[in-house]
Amino acid sequence: MKALRAYAALYLAFLYLPVLLLPLFSFNASHFIAFPLSGFTLQWYRELFADVAMLHAFGNSLEVGAVTALLSTVLGLMAARAVTRYRLKGAGAVLGFISLPLFIPDIVLGLSLLLLLGAVDFPLSLAAVVLGHVSLCLPFALTVLIARMQGFDRNLEEASADLGEGPWMTFWRLTFPLMLPGIAAALLLTFITSFDEFLLAYFLSGTEATLPVYIWGQLRFPERLPMVLALGALILLASVVVVILAEWTRNLGVSKKSVGA
Amino acid sequence: MAFLSVQKVSKRFATLAAADAVDLEVPQGAFFALLGPSGCGKTTLLRMIAGFAEPDEGIITIDGAVMNGVPANKRPTNMVFQNYAIFPHLNVFDNVAYGLRKEGLGRQALRARVEAMLGTVRLEGLDGRRSDELSGGQRQRVALARALVRRPKLLLLDEPLGALDKRLREAMQVELRGLQKSLGITFLLVTHDQEEALSMADQVAVMSGGRILQIASPRALYERPNCREVADFIGEINFFHATVKSVEGETVTANAGVLGLLSIPKPNFGFGFALGDHILLALRPERITLEGGTVAGEITAASFLGERSHYQVRIAGRGEPVFVAASGPAPPGAVMLGWNPADMIALPFGA
Ligand SMILES: Nc1ncnc2c1ncn2[C@@H]1O[C@H](COP(=O)(O)OP(=O)(O)OP(=O)(O)O)[C@@H](O)[C@H]1O
Ligand SMILES: [Mg+2]
Repeated sequence: MKALRAYAALYLAFLYLPVLLLPLFSFNASHFIAFPLSGFTLQWYRELFADVAMLHAFGNSLEVGAVTALLSTVLGLMAARAVTRYRLKGAGAVLGFISLPLFIPDIVLGLSLLLLLGAVDFPLSLAAVVLGHVSLCLPFALTVLIARMQGFDRNLEEASADLGEGPWMTFWRLTFPLMLPGIAAALLLTFITSFDEFLLAYFLSGTEATLPVYIWGQLRFPERLPMVLALGALILLASVVVVILAEWTRNLGVSKKSVGA
Repeated sequence: MAFLSVQKVSKRFATLAAADAVDLEVPQGAFFALLGPSGCGKTTLLRMIAGFAEPDEGIITIDGAVMNGVPANKRPTNMVFQNYAIFPHLNVFDNVAYGLRKEGLGRQALRARVEAMLGTVRLEGLDGRRSDELSGGQRQRVALARALVRRPKLLLLDEPLGALDKRLREAMQVELRGLQKSLGITFLLVTHDQEEALSMADQVAVMSGGRILQIASPRALYERPNCREVADFIGEINFFHATVKSVEGETVTANAGVLGLLSIPKPNFGFGFALGDHILLALRPERITLEGGTVAGEITAASFLGERSHYQVRIAGRGEPVFVAASGPAPPGAVMLGWNPADMIALPFGA
């Protein structure tokens, strides 16, 4: 019991100590990332917000993340509907294929996408990054959405049709509100995944950098390191908020009995 | 033409015929029941009428209009689902108001219409509740109100009382029946409970294996079933093998083996027959007396059911017992089974 607790403490320390160093050094008044700390400063944050290239990369990441989240959630919603509503032949195989990017190393995925885009003359761009990210994020969206959709009775949609509503209004008045927590969770999850992603973005972004790619580029300049730490600290904070939000929305309504009972 | 007309409708799932050339005519304002054992295709037929499934063959018309190819949301029907399918994200009021969007009612008119409906099904004051805050009986009423508030021409009910306990079910049977009479809407009710069908409906169609066996009033079904399956499904009954001996005027004489020669009125034969034909004679338990008859027997089992008792009587030369329902205590010792031959229902053998 004691050993277990010590193990847990060690594990958490290993997991979070390096992460906590990030914000710590981002307030340290020295270019050198080393103890002892030399004093408190907001200089790195000031530099950060003055860095136009960084802000541009940040904007790119938001854009890619938002489009990716939207696309993978919409595609995921349609796939989840197809899988749960109709007895499709080969649905299992299709699902397996959709989930494949989860198991392929990112570097392989990146290389193959690079080759593919080259072959069809698709320019390396943020659009290319979105394509890569959607293939990466779709399985996540699908998993969350299928779980949510399996919980609800298909008689509900028939009841809506019976009460005079066509497919679109049924979706709008019934399916969408019932799926809303799942949709929100899928949006957040895929956004975060895309926002964090480095390898595919590095391969596919061409001249436009996303934030992780930009950070990678800055690591060559030691004097920029504290600013990167400040950026890292901010991203960390935002990620924690988003993950908590995602968990919260995913469980919304689920605790109140299963959907459609 | 009847209000709802189902003509030669078939529906197959792989090799299984869930509906097999079904013909059905439901007059306007009727309370019509579709009765049959589990899996016989009742829900399948109802779903084709509601528009959730299309027949492979045949035509369905409602009020003279062909329904084939018309989507569910454009049909003049509403359905009460077996599991009620109450929308879980809406409260009682919004559930009932759901189907009124297209009517474009103002706030006041909408509220009045919904409240009136909630009053009709005795759900006043529960407007704000969600489905998981309602009892089974209340949910059933919400499902009913949600369908009825649209003033459908035809209300389809798929085993609406199946999930309720016996007391509530019986109370709801009376209520549903009263509601149907006062609203004048045509009801098509699906059930596997023969008592429910007989007590509520004007007309009952008995279904088995995707086919309609007989359509008749409850009394006629009970007294004049047209085949062994219907007779067996509607209440307890005894079958005796017999052969046709002779026909004189309106009387048919049949040789019923252990029961001896029986003179049966010709109208009791609902089918064509010839001398020497093997037939079945069916007799309800309550049409048999334990005393004063001609066939000696011995009571092997008895169960007391209040106003009535059920007995199993063994008679010589017959493997299975004869079922008798009688009021009052059984006479001690051996019994002499008796009946009126006019109560014998003649059925074709092997049909
Ligand atoms: N979508 C389907 N695919 C394949 N078979 C089906 C489908 N729907 C129904 N069946 C089969 O068709 C037959 C009739 O089903 P149906 O649901 O109409 O029966 P039911 O009379 O309503 O039974 P119950 O009283 O149990 O509700 C059953 O054998 C059922 O297994
Ligand atoms: Mg059924």
